[in-house]
Amino acid sequence: MALTPAITDLDQLKDRPFLAALLAWNANAIQGAKFDRDELSIYVARENVREAIAHLKTQGLTDYMSDLTCADFYPREPRFELAYHMLSIKNKARIRLKVKLSGDDPVVESITAVWPSANFFERELFDLFGVRFLGHPYLRRIMLPEDWEGHPLRKDYPVEGYR
Amino acid sequence: MGHLTSAPVIDPTGDKTMILNMGPQHPSTHGVLRLLLEIDGEAVVRMMPDIGFLHTGIEKTCEAKFYQQVVPLTDRIDYLCPMVNNLCYVLAVEKLLGLEIPPRATWMRVLLGELQRISSHLVWLGTHAMDLGAMTVFLYCFREREELLKIYELVAGQRMMTSYFRIGGLALEPPLDFFAKVKKFLDTFSEKVDEYENLLTGNRIFINRLKDVARISAEDALAIGLSGPSLRASGVDFDHRRDLPYCGYENFKFKVPVSQDGDVWARYVCRVQELRESREICVQALEGMPQGPIKADAPKIVLPDREKMKTQMEALIYHFKIVTEGFAVPAGEVYQAIESPRGEMGYYIVSDGTAKPMRVHMRSPSYANLQALPQMCEGKLIADVVAAIGSIDIVLGEIDR
Repeated sequence: MALTPAITDLDQLKDRPFLAALLAWNANAIQGAKFDRDELSIYVARENVREAIAHLKTQGLTDYMSDLTCADFYPREPRFELAYHMLSIKNKARIRLKVKLSGDDPVVESITAVWPSANFFERELFDLFGVRFLGHPYLRRIMLPEDWEGHPLRKDYPVEGYR
Repeated sequence: MGHLTSAPVIDPTGDKTMILNMGPQHPSTHGVLRLLLEIDGEAVVRMMPDIGFLHTGIEKTCEAKFYQQVVPLTDRIDYLCPMVNNLCYVLAVEKLLGLEIPPRATWMRVLLGELQRISSHLVWLGTHAMDLGAMTVFLYCFREREELLKIYELVAGQRMMTSYFRIGGLALEPPLDFFAKVKKFLDTFSEKVDEYENLLTGNRIFINRLKDVARISAEDALAIGLSGPSLRASGVDFDHRRDLPYCGYENFKFKVPVSQDGDVWARYVCRVQELRESREICVQALEGMPQGPIKADAPKIVLPDREKMKTQMEALIYHFKIVTEGFAVPAGEVYQAIESPRGEMGYYIVSDGTAKPMRVHMRSPSYANLQALPQMCEGKLIADVVAAIGSIDIVLGEIDR
């Protein structure tokens, strides 16, 4: 099972069901795609991510939101990459939508109206990464105390804390 | 203390309602879960879970460790099934590396994973029944769990924090009497499940406490992110082991228990059935256990045998390199999901090509399952809250991480 190089060419991947559906919906919102280690990632513009996820849901292409998380690529800009992991129970397939966020304005629309399960995941990212989700019903810290300073999972957060 | 002074507070919304604080020190919240309940008499009007009391920043700690050093951290997330956590993590790293695992290691992983499912479900069954007043079952379940803990100790040297799975295989060859002991346990286990069911399944008090309580429909369950037995009890027929097989589960025949009712009783029935199905998988794994190596042939990633390390220079060099410098993992990202006893457990790992992971995220099933609790309990009685918490089988260690 040797590793094969990742495919990042949109033309080669455009026939994959998830990507085809999103391209047909709004090709301008799709910034790129990557097929690596049997997993398909699609980069979506920040402004369109909620609509893209809602579109996948209403089309019946995904019926479960598995996970939402973030990675910090500091000092690169845009530093944050959100990863939405969706599952199609019907087709037994997974997909990852990715959104890039810049360090000085880490804001994205909340998807809690589409997937209520995103509620805790978005709160966790707000708490630990400082990413803000517009339209979230209760965007408060979830793991750390309310008066905590900083966002520990950011790469520029000192491991010992601010002391 | 910071957490106590700044803990969330909610105010009553009506004249007749009051706020009741349940937990974090409460025997039936299964750990340090705090629930803020707004109650109107005996009825729950609103519920807000408050978590984070066990937050230790494991995800941040992982970023400072070599890939192989993360394995013991994963034990501590869901401490009722440490090997399932190990499995999910090592599968994710093996996927990043493109590493092939020998069949004996794969089958051992399945065998131990299913034994862990049994021991985890036994803790659930015992505590769930005890919350509802049936003390006897708890003692019976922990009697069998003790046998399983002895088996883990035999194979890994530890009863709970086993860290037995390694990237590229297993830590050690299991001892000679291991398989005989597992077989002995499995031979009598069906009768033991009958015994629990004799105490509970026909028990009218137990049935009345569980039936029609904390009901959730399939659509709601999917939308709120329930997974595992709790989702299957609402009628969604999905199990990663069967539908998106990993670690050689496609070689095993087993049924996936599904119920349409979506109440606490349905979740109870599904999990008890899973005890029996897991036993079936273990029996098949024992019968078909292949011979051969337990570690992949990848000297730069897998530590050499102790004997080789003492006699061969290359092995000694590799050993030194792995321990002091770790091994580089090709850049990329993977999400590996498996079926833990509680539902979909996923590890999302981002590698930047160095020997330490850039980001490790654990998607823990309890975290998502907990979100369904307010939906299950609002409008119901306080006494049913206890039944509902038990039925989603949460582990606070993996919620707070």
